[in-house]
Amino acid sequence: MSFPDRPLTAMIDVAAGPPDCMAYERAGGWEAVRRALKNLTPAEVVDTVTRSKLRGRGGAGFGTGQKWSFVPKEPASERRKYLIANADEMEPGTFKDRLLLEGNPLQLVEGMILAAYAIQAGHGIIFLRGEYHLACKRLDQAIAEARHEGWLGENILGSGFSFDIHVHSSAGRYICGEETALLTALEGRRATPRSKPPFPQTGGLWGTPSVVNNVETLCNLPHIITNGPEWFLALGTGTDGGTKLYGVSGRVCRPGTWELPIGTSLREIIEDHAGGMLPGYGLRALLPGGASTAFLDVTALDVAMDYGSVEKAGSRLGTGMAIILDDRTCPVGMIHNLEHFFAQESCGWCTPCRDGLPWVERLLMAIEAGTGEEEDLEQLDRHARMLGTPGRTFCAHAPGAMAPLASGLKLFREDFAEHITQHGCPLQHAARSLERGRDDQHSY
Amino acid sequence: MSTAEHPLPDDLRADIAALVREELHPRGASVAALRLVQARFRWISTAHLREVAELLRMSVEDLDGIATYFNLLFRKPVGQHVIMLCDSVSCWIMGREHLCAHLCRTLGIRPGETTEDGAITLLPIVCLGHCDHAPALLVNETLHGNVDIASLDRLTDTLRGTLR
Repeated sequence: MSFPDRPLTAMIDVAAGPPDCMAYERAGGWEAVRRALKNLTPAEVVDTVTRSKLRGRGGAGFGTGQKWSFVPKEPASERRKYLIANADEMEPGTFKDRLLLEGNPLQLVEGMILAAYAIQAGHGIIFLRGEYHLACKRLDQAIAEARHEGWLGENILGSGFSFDIHVHSSAGRYICGEETALLTALEGRRATPRSKPPFPQTGGLWGTPSVVNNVETLCNLPHIITNGPEWFLALGTGTDGGTKLYGVSGRVCRPGTWELPIGTSLREIIEDHAGGMLPGYGLRALLPGGASTAFLDVTALDVAMDYGSVEKAGSRLGTGMAIILDDRTCPVGMIHNLEHFFAQESCGWCTPCRDGLPWVERLLMAIEAGTGEEEDLEQLDRHARMLGTPGRTFCAHAPGAMAPLASGLKLFREDFAEHITQHGCPLQHAARSLERGRDDQHSY
Repeated sequence: MSTAEHPLPDDLRADIAALVREELHPRGASVAALRLVQARFRWISTAHLREVAELLRMSVEDLDGIATYFNLLFRKPVGQHVIMLCDSVSCWIMGREHLCAHLCRTLGIRPGETTEDGAITLLPIVCLGHCDHAPALLVNETLHGNVDIASLDRLTDTLRGTLR
């Protein structure tokens, strides 16, 4: 038997569409569920996953086996528990889970069966962002097919374990990606995060034990159970195990997503896989793992994209999807765009976040428009410090929002100062005069 | 059939009742129920909201809190087609402002508005997860990537020619 080195995407053929149950099985699918339900106890599944050192792929990087270990151990038949797939992919610059959802939905279904068996949950929910229409259709199809073939429902494979999956199509709010806000949304309330404890594992959806795992995390499970934790650990280049879906967007030659060993360097991802910068554009800086990670500059290109290394470099791995700032795009404008997003998506529950983020957004807007003043920079520094420290706001939304701001204020200090002394964006002025030359009618 | 007392058609009432039966608590069906109403009427009127609230055994205010919380639930009428142009960072870098200005000019509206003929509503939307094909937009339920001025013009022409 051969061991795959790109387990997550091996069966994905974007042009051909997702495999059906038969094709999935022919390519090695359902092997893990067979093995787990027939030969392994739930505790053995937890142990296998713990030994693989799989960490959450949604951004926080918590150990998956450890996360499961806090769930009360009663069998699914004796206590209502939930296993929830977090498919609310809304981190700007992130397009990895959509690939897994659209490309191989049965892999997610199998991963969910394994996770549910491990924590003995009888109820599965896929919390899907409302804009993912194609993913929704394919998930519904895959689940119906899996149910028809007996992979979901009562007494799966005669094991006595019953489990089924329901797709919850959300209606669009970034904060729903935060696991306690996600649970609140499922309960039909405004999706504000909850204070912990109780942790979801003991008091989650409707007060019952619940685990929320990211789509990519769950998709790793069939391969860990089939090929073993040692194989998984060996896939990574550093201390973390497995592969990671990495991606690049911005002005590079080939923007896209690639499954690579976790710990691949930024340089390899950007230069080899994304093909480097488009002609005429230089790399100025980047957000390594989505909008809520701190900027890294070109000196960080050799950083390994694993949890520890990116943190050591002053940012976070986040979703592993890099956004490139080129040398012809205004960093102040980019940060204004980011903070507009975070201000809009604040749930409004706690005052510092609800009032602070729009304040930050307005200051940046003024600076970009040319009406900024010297004191505005101090005000931004103060916000970055006050809102950026975890514990001063109710959840991690504001600290996430401050990561690109705080790092950007340091990295692009001169650009900020120039905007203020020149009363506007130097790059925007250049772009506008270029535009006027081309099109007299054009107005911003 | 809908009546003054029950503005929701019977089949929709039945569908919402079925959603409620699947949930541990009725309010768990609130987003799904509101989405069903919107799928039929394109937006959620106060009369419909009232009736859904009753079916979910929630107060109207409580349910309106949900309806006004989510980006994709509309509490105002929208056009036959809704264009959602991504305004997040990767699309911004790849020139979405330029496209937005062009759309506003050709449609004669600003983001958040509907064309006079009721054909098209233009809305901003957060990252659509199509950043490797930025700039991206969603038309009703269809995702478009690598959008430029020429493809935008073709798109708006087609939408105006095929009013639902």
